[in-house]
Amino acid sequence: MKKKKIILRILLYFVVILIVVWTITPYLWLIISSISYKIDLTTVPLKWIPRRLTLENYQGLFFHRGESSFSADVFVDSLKNSAIVSISTMLLSMPVGVLAAYASTRLKFKGNSVVMITSLVAQLIPPIILVIPLFVILRQFNLIDKTIGLILVHISIALPLIIWLMRGYFATIPYDLEDAARIDGCSRLGALVRIILPLTGPGLVSVMIFAFIASWNEYLYAYVLTRSEARTVPVIIGEFSTKLGLDYLQIAAAGVLASLPPVILALIFQKFIIKGLTGGAVK
Amino acid sequence: MKTIKKFFIDNEHVLGWAMSGPALIAILAIVLVPMIQSIGQSFQNLDLARPALNAFIGLENYANLLKDSRYTSSLVSTFRFSVISVIFELILGVSIAVVLNKKFVGRGFVRGLMILPWAMPSIVNAAMWKWIYNANFGALNALLSQLGIIEQYQIWLSDPFWATVLVILANVWKETPFTVLMVLSALQTIPEEVKEAARVDGSSAWNTFIKITIPLIAPTLMIVSILQFLWGFQTFELITVVTGGGPFSTTELVAIRIYQNTFRSLRFGYGSAMAYLTALILVIPLVIYARSTYKRMVNY
Repeated sequence: MKKKKIILRILLYFVVILIVVWTITPYLWLIISSISYKIDLTTVPLKWIPRRLTLENYQGLFFHRGESSFSADVFVDSLKNSAIVSISTMLLSMPVGVLAAYASTRLKFKGNSVVMITSLVAQLIPPIILVIPLFVILRQFNLIDKTIGLILVHISIALPLIIWLMRGYFATIPYDLEDAARIDGCSRLGALVRIILPLTGPGLVSVMIFAFIASWNEYLYAYVLTRSEARTVPVIIGEFSTKLGLDYLQIAAAGVLASLPPVILALIFQKFIIKGLTGGAVK
Repeated sequence: MKTIKKFFIDNEHVLGWAMSGPALIAILAIVLVPMIQSIGQSFQNLDLARPALNAFIGLENYANLLKDSRYTSSLVSTFRFSVISVIFELILGVSIAVVLNKKFVGRGFVRGLMILPWAMPSIVNAAMWKWIYNANFGALNALLSQLGIIEQYQIWLSDPFWATVLVILANVWKETPFTVLMVLSALQTIPEEVKEAARVDGSSAWNTFIKITIPLIAPTLMIVSILQFLWGFQTFELITVVTGGGPFSTTELVAIRIYQNTFRSLRFGYGSAMAYLTALILVIPLVIYARSTYKRMVNY
């Protein structure tokens, strides 16, 4: 009986190791590729652990260096655009979304279900459908290839996300607290700012991160609605990797850099992110 | 002054609309109005390259779509891609979740790792797998040949069967962690006593899993499958980067077809009609998902 238990333990750890390997190996390979010399990765048979490391693939993304100078400015500009778009999206949509989420959970008014249904529908419309009329409209307003145009569109992704997630957090706060504050002379808004929001603190942070990641990672809208000036990092990575002859290792380096902000944020705030993911069932 | 203040701050109706107004206006302007506008476009011959020919043509776009064999075959490919992806995501996802629900050293760390593929931009996922599948220097060829499974490096992506398998693999790697996290959180809501009681009654571990665990997590499994199916159906960047729709259009999913027609051929009317017809196919899973989510949220 005891022997069987030990075998089961060993089996469990073996499976756990398999799961870890399956989950991290592809990404680990991307990282290894990004810090390897080209010559080391193009030998057959391939050596999995590089003997020497280099940052030349990263330097190629930031500094002009012979033939790869094409990508230098383009990549730095796209990093700037991505930062501007995702941070603006997050900062603009947070207050708007939080207010709507609060109103639709805490206030007794008829718009309650309107807010929920609108944001649910908005969240479910496939982007490939929405992108067509958005392109036509943004073109009319001369907003194609402008960061402001992309920010507006990204706000429409972020708002439903924020509303659904914040509703979940507001629901966990007892009404008594708010009532007590209001008896003490606080207005609705006062109670929201002084009592409710501080209590949802971690929730608020995780929702902000959700909004940031959604915007930072977004590809389709950015790809269709930008041309050259406003291209974001995902668009550039898409362009690099569909162009023949572009250095794979440089693409790997760009990929690692593009994934660092969302991956690091998600790992740091994993508890909240997982709670948000599983509670709201959003992507 | 005081009455004004009272009207705005203390009237829940007014305050409610005022607080949710900005969000509603933004969503209406950026999502719902364009959607309605594009229904109109789908009944037009709207060609940005030849604006002189623009005209209302009724259902002609839709009629042409049914005859467009490249469109219908892209639908078939998309169904195949999404359904196979969902099946593997479920099997793998539930298996991994069950393991991660057991007690072992480093469990928190391994659970945390699940967030890595989810958080990664999907375009990076696509570029990463394209590099792994590379015919000359890719890790897949190197691994298989070092294991002795293949003798020569293969050009995997030029074979219709393997191209399909490999884009599904790339999709499954990225999406499975979502299933794992969802199933894991459902598993954690099952009280230990329930399983204990089954064990005392002499039920084997497998029987307990099939007869007790699976029915208890069935609602979660359904929601996850629907969501993953919907996301799979919209796959765009993975295909654009890894196969470009080839070889011989076998991996050309419907999102690619819509994009090509609209933004490459500039046939906006036809593209809109294609997008709407495709959405119509998704209406049933969309409504099932929306209803269950709505019900869950209303209970708050």
